[in-house]
Amino acid sequence: MSGYAGVGTIPRLAHVGKVTQARVALSEWTKLRSLRSTRWSLFAAVLLTIGFPVLFAFVTSSHWGSMSPHDRADRHPLDIALAGVAVSQLAIAVLGVLVITGEYSTGMIRASFSAVPKRLPVLWAKAFVFAVVTLALMVPSVLAAFFSSQAILSRHDILQISFSHPGVARSVIGGAVYLVLVGIFALGIGAIVRNTAGGIATFAGIFFVIPPLMNVLPASWNHAISKYLPLESGTQLFSLTHDSSSLSPLGGGLVFVGYCAFVIALAAVLLVRRDT
Amino acid sequence: MIEATALTKDYGDKRAVDDLTFTVRPGIVTGFLGPNGSGKSTTMRLILELDAPSGGDVTVNGKHYRDHAAPLHEVGALLEARSLHGGRSAYDHLLALAQTHGIGRSRVDELIDLVGLRDVAKKRAGKFSLGMGQRLGIASALLGDPSTVMLDEPVNGLDPEGIHWMRNLLKSLAAEGRTVFVSSHLMSEMALTADHLIVIGRGRKIADMSTHEFISRASGNVVRVQTPQAGELEAQLVGPTVTVKTLEPDVLEVRGLTARQVGEAAAAKQIVLHELTPQQASLEEAFMTLTRDDVEFKTLEREAAAS
Repeated sequence: MSGYAGVGTIPRLAHVGKVTQARVALSEWTKLRSLRSTRWSLFAAVLLTIGFPVLFAFVTSSHWGSMSPHDRADRHPLDIALAGVAVSQLAIAVLGVLVITGEYSTGMIRASFSAVPKRLPVLWAKAFVFAVVTLALMVPSVLAAFFSSQAILSRHDILQISFSHPGVARSVIGGAVYLVLVGIFALGIGAIVRNTAGGIATFAGIFFVIPPLMNVLPASWNHAISKYLPLESGTQLFSLTHDSSSLSPLGGGLVFVGYCAFVIALAAVLLVRRDT
Repeated sequence: MIEATALTKDYGDKRAVDDLTFTVRPGIVTGFLGPNGSGKSTTMRLILELDAPSGGDVTVNGKHYRDHAAPLHEVGALLEARSLHGGRSAYDHLLALAQTHGIGRSRVDELIDLVGLRDVAKKRAGKFSLGMGQRLGIASALLGDPSTVMLDEPVNGLDPEGIHWMRNLLKSLAAEGRTVFVSSHLMSEMALTADHLIVIGRGRKIADMSTHEFISRASGNVVRVQTPQAGELEAQLVGPTVTVKTLEPDVLEVRGLTARQVGEAAAAKQIVLHELTPQQASLEEAFMTLTRDDVEFKTLEREAAAS
């Protein structure tokens, strides 16, 4: 530990700039990259997105000979390629929540809002930076997952599917887009709840608890409502086939974007109104 | 310059800040004094608009803090509650704040050197001692070269060298013409650094005056006199606004007159004096006197005595 510098020499600053949205975004990028928890969460998301399909493909390939025709019919190459999305969404969601609740739990939010007292630029910057980083990592990840799982399954003609086959490219890239939107949704939840455990629990409740609960409803209600839930509508982004019980990729995607927009809008209103 | 008008803040049923009106002027150190829980930190949060007031208004350099284009250039604040992410290094913390205002890396380095954190700048701030955390807080406060510096209990956790450094820092910031607003519950610390005092208790303003005046007002005019002719002097001095107490057979405590008035009265009657001393209360005593009627403060005292 070095000593204190002599006082009376507080250096003046030649130029102080205004707070702009771009500057706040740069600041949020610095915040995101400078935390170990961020790096680990993103690393986990990449690993799960690629690793799960690779594992799944190896297992399928090695057991193919002993699988029943029924089991074989259940194996779809695209399901194998995108098997990691359902798992890595948890890592992305946790990080989305943490990006904002981490500031509340540590008190960093006071420093952030002292520097940017209008507050909303912080929310926009966080969402933007997080979306760009997630997209930049997840698009290569889903592509890697698709092509590596296809390479592993190359011995089985029935499990081969071309990237140019109708809907395949959309589904693969849709998987990455879905993960980005999940992250934005979770970030909004984090900003509303302002507590890490509460944020993650709320996210898990909406995505993983409410959908099975729909089964207690009369079948016709369940059928009418379930497809509009966040998880179900978002899933259409990376599903190859659609029927009467599901929305189209575009329709589902738009509904899911709508949920994200609603959550972020609610977060914005509360962010400006509430005490810090 | 900080200007508060009828500033009020309620948290549920509890009124944390009650109708505070004050002005903090540039060029001097203004102490913000009050017992723990008297509303100092809340007032500072209201100034930064981290919390919204329930009533009244507060501006910094003529505008709401939120409306300034470069807020960190207007107010540099060190809040009492920790305001940093422990997982981030001191350097990255300062850099992230600097970047919001387009302030460069050289400024970040400059401030790390100023507060003496060079050796630990790349270490995670969560591992910092309380004193190191305070110094990082000072660095963040000075990052934007602010015209107003607002520090909540800045000497908390500092070692004697750090406290000395802090006093000099506050004085030199004021000498540079900045507005310096420093809260403390330590009266003795304020006596050494503050030129002006704003004293609050239970969220209400109790006093707003120079430190010198605060002490002399609270202590009143009390003079200690030693004389072999104590009875004669007492008869000479006693009046409707003057009380005389006999401490020892030849020592009197005169309340209500200045030392000069007592001396002149004695000379007029040719009374011999052996000692004539104006009694000045310490800042602690002055503070006790002024907050004597403060119910909550007394409760705190009782609680402190009980524990």
